Amino acid sequence: MYQISEKDFGTPAQLAEQQVTLEIDGMSITVPEGTSVLRAAAMAGVNIAKLCATDSLQAFGSCRLCLVEIEGRRGYPASCTTPVAEGLKVHTETDKLATLRRGVMELYISDHPLDCLTCAANGNCELQTMAGQVGLRDVRYGYTGKNHLQDSKDESNPYFTYDPAKCIVCNRCVRACEEVQGTFALTIDGRGFNSRVAASQNETFMASECVSCGACVQACPTATLIEKSVIETGQPDHSVVTTCAYCGVGCSFRAEMKGNEVVRMIPDKQGSANEGHSCVKGRFAWNYANHADRIVNPMIRKSINDPWKEVSWHEAIEYAAKEFKRIQDKFGRTSIGGIVSSRCTNEEDYLVQKLVRAAFGNNNVDTCARVCHSPTGYGLKQTLGESAGTQTFKSVDEADVIMVIGANPTDGHPVFASRMKRRLRQGAKLIVIDPRSINLVKSAHIKADYHLKLKPGTNVAVISAIAHVIVTEQLHDKEFIKNRCEEKSFNDWLSFASRAENSPEALEAVSGVPAPLLRQAARLYASFPNAAIYYGLGVTEHAQGSTMVMGIANLAMVTGNIGRAGVGVNPLRGQNNVQGACDMGSFPHELPGYRHVSDNAIRNQFEAAWNVTIEAEPGLRIPNMFEAALDGSFKGLYCQGEDIVQSDPNTQHVTAALSAMECIVVQDLFLNETAKFAHVFLPGSSFLERDGTFTNAERRISRIRQVMPPKAGLADWEVTMALSNALGYPMNYRHPSEIMDEVASLTPTFSGVSYSRLDELGSIQWPCNTLAPEGTEVMHVDEFVRGKGKFIITQYVPTDEKVTRRFPLLLTTGRVLSQYNVGAQTRRTENVQWHDEDQLEVHPHDAEERGITDGSWVGVESRAGKTVLRAILSERMQPGVVYTTFHFPESGANVITTDNSDWASNCPEYKVTAIQLVAVKESSQWQNNYQAFNRKQIRFLSDRERIDTDMVENS
Amino acid sequence: MNIDNLLKMANQIGQFFESQPDREQALMDISTHLTNFWAPAMRRELIAHLEKSSESGLSNIVEQSLLIHKHRLIE
Repeated sequence: MYQISEKDFGTPAQLAEQQVTLEIDGMSITVPEGTSVLRAAAMAGVNIAKLCATDSLQAFGSCRLCLVEIEGRRGYPASCTTPVAEGLKVHTETDKLATLRRGVMELYISDHPLDCLTCAANGNCELQTMAGQVGLRDVRYGYTGKNHLQDSKDESNPYFTYDPAKCIVCNRCVRACEEVQGTFALTIDGRGFNSRVAASQNETFMASECVSCGACVQACPTATLIEKSVIETGQPDHSVVTTCAYCGVGCSFRAEMKGNEVVRMIPDKQGSANEGHSCVKGRFAWNYANHADRIVNPMIRKSINDPWKEVSWHEAIEYAAKEFKRIQDKFGRTSIGGIVSSRCTNEEDYLVQKLVRAAFGNNNVDTCARVCHSPTGYGLKQTLGESAGTQTFKSVDEADVIMVIGANPTDGHPVFASRMKRRLRQGAKLIVIDPRSINLVKSAHIKADYHLKLKPGTNVAVISAIAHVIVTEQLHDKEFIKNRCEEKSFNDWLSFASRAENSPEALEAVSGVPAPLLRQAARLYASFPNAAIYYGLGVTEHAQGSTMVMGIANLAMVTGNIGRAGVGVNPLRGQNNVQGACDMGSFPHELPGYRHVSDNAIRNQFEAAWNVTIEAEPGLRIPNMFEAALDGSFKGLYCQGEDIVQSDPNTQHVTAALSAMECIVVQDLFLNETAKFAHVFLPGSSFLERDGTFTNAERRISRIRQVMPPKAGLADWEVTMALSNALGYPMNYRHPSEIMDEVASLTPTFSGVSYSRLDELGSIQWPCNTLAPEGTEVMHVDEFVRGKGKFIITQYVPTDEKVTRRFPLLLTTGRVLSQYNVGAQTRRTENVQWHDEDQLEVHPHDAEERGITDGSWVGVESRAGKTVLRAILSERMQPGVVYTTFHFPESGANVITTDNSDWASNCPEYKVTAIQLVAVKESSQWQNNYQAFNRKQIRFLSDRERIDTDMVENS
Repeated sequence: MNIDNLLKMANQIGQFFESQPDREQALMDISTHLTNFWAPAMRRELIAHLEKSSESGLSNIVEQSLLIHKHRLIE
């Protein structure tokens, strides 16, 4: 059902510049050419009755309710399928139309259960509303004729039900699945009276290809498809616009509420990132916020071998501050640091880095972008001058060629993937560069023109070979290069790229990509007016991650595919606020706005504003912190919202480092894996419980708005502030808006950003300043941020993580649609019904050689460690390559991954780990140890000394 | 810190700059990279290791860069 309090115009908006004036019920209205009469009427304030029409879908013209009369035209055309024309005179309410509409409604209602008072859609049902609007008073056919009222309900999906008894076969769900989501899982099965909505081949929704995006539920005008939460709770009474807390698409949602309780999350039509679409995570997987595992009282303990003790906020904060001071007194100022997360807001990220720089007095602050997109920050800064993607999501609507490298958008960025698939169905060409056959390679109505199925670790060889084809076949944009790029850097790079050693033929043995295929793909990329590159962690999480990012930028520049809509370099950020965390100065070498700490002028500005001296040297990165912990020089850590034990590589190395530390303070919703090594636990607040902003992959800053009070009493930014005050560095913000005001005052690219401006514009893509007061959709339009674009030589260097006789296979890791990152949120939702364990995808040949069968247990061993996973045989893999996810801690996927990392940024090489597989029957030693440790830590939590909350509240 | 890890990281940086056309610039860029992204303690350890080792384990280009630009790294 449509969101409450949102107007439905019936058919989509048209963007034509040509305007048309017509008359509707005597009122003159001017609309863009191509607009339907139904929409024009809605724009004029005339709501024509409708059922099969909704403005997220193309007109269908089946329900026969939106009939109108048009002077000079015969009959009663459907207004949804009738485009406006100059001078048209339309009548929407006549006696004849009223009779026709009532007749249609009679037919609908004759086969509909009349249980409105007890129906979950009561109060928000379009059928009910239309019956009222057309003045239905009687059904001449009676209610005892042939009907569908006894059809059984499909309750298989954990989040919504399908009740065919209430279906009016308007086709909106089927069209939503096709047009909006692009999965084509639904159809109308049967003909005439037997027509029914069917999922896949008449399967249950759960057994079908349905990806549970919720588009069909949102499109349904009745209670046929409706959220279980609405059935259980009733209709919401108000809504608050906020932003999803999952991936880097940053979808806008309306949290529809009853009091402080969320009834459902509805994707916001006005949201520029998602334009009313959603995925299973954002739409449905939000109830982790109310999970019983939430810890809502602060806890402390002396040692990780002690049970926890609940304490007041004051006591916990004082304890943490005292411990940090003790450690600094004993081991020095640089012996502590902070780690912040892309799951935190901009304001929280900003505060943590400020706390570290101002209160800790060092630059030992890092963010989880270290382990995902830090190479993007480095590579794009070097070549283009700004550490951010160049486009807006809607830019893909104008792309002629789409190149997807090392990304799996249908799983990782599903809402953007739907948009991309829509463009592909319109005819855009597709090149996929990925070791696996991801869904985009071949799915409903989508087939990649070229899939370069390279060997893991050879991205740079492939990008250099593509560049070689382009320059040696004279496909480069000489005019763009001459006007926009550094001449010397181009000439040096041209000489490099032209070398025979970089030809596809020379690199075929290295990459595994057939040279003719690569040549054709390169020609395709360079031959169309608009070619856009989208990439993910399959680019960055390599020993040459930064080199590859620079290679991508080279490719965009050499073909002139930058600086306008439809082109560009588009990093798909893994988590919701990766971009924002980086923007806010969460890296140890940079202040907010990507300005190096050694820049005296910039540092002086921050010193003046913060009234403190800031260290002029870079601090420790996350892997450096672990190394320093193991050598005894790093002893204290404040970790907000990040689970380094589960997400960082070489788990045993990480846990050894944490075990060597004296005070670890974890701020999170749950006792995550890192918290099991912590001494202070500070309860975090979910995205529903706090105010702030997230910045998505297109640099779009969007508000998250508090819809319920923090369960632990304090929002995360208030906790950081309290810690800073306890350490002696005063912070006194009254609201996150004041933090954003400070960011804006110190960061030129944010100077026009404020909460009031965000409320006014909905969202803002930075840079936003006097030069771009409403933000910037496309970057580098007339010149690059650095002035001239810089080509950088990208020599392929094989990774140290090589296959050997002992480790003959390569492991690469990623994620699935239903789970998110370390799974702390999604594992605590019904999404586990789709994916309840990490599995190892193995090519059947590799499995057969080792006696591994589908569904059997398999030991996975690398140079770093050993674990056991369930094998799934899959021809999506190429022989020699296996794949797993890292959503479940007990799987130990990162026990296998190694310390190997990107040369420039230390981003771990998650995507290449040499391994061996062995059929086994029992868990690994690491898993046995983990289970024992985990049991002990869970016991320490359940046996914790409880606090008298009444006493604390009153104190 | 584990010197082997520092050596490996430094050599990886060297491998990237090895392919850049201007050797003088590459030597400077290696030291700039270390100055920009490595904490001072890490740089000091690397230099100390270089100074006390007959076989540093560093690639030629990194070793050269450290020797030429030592003052930038540990000033």
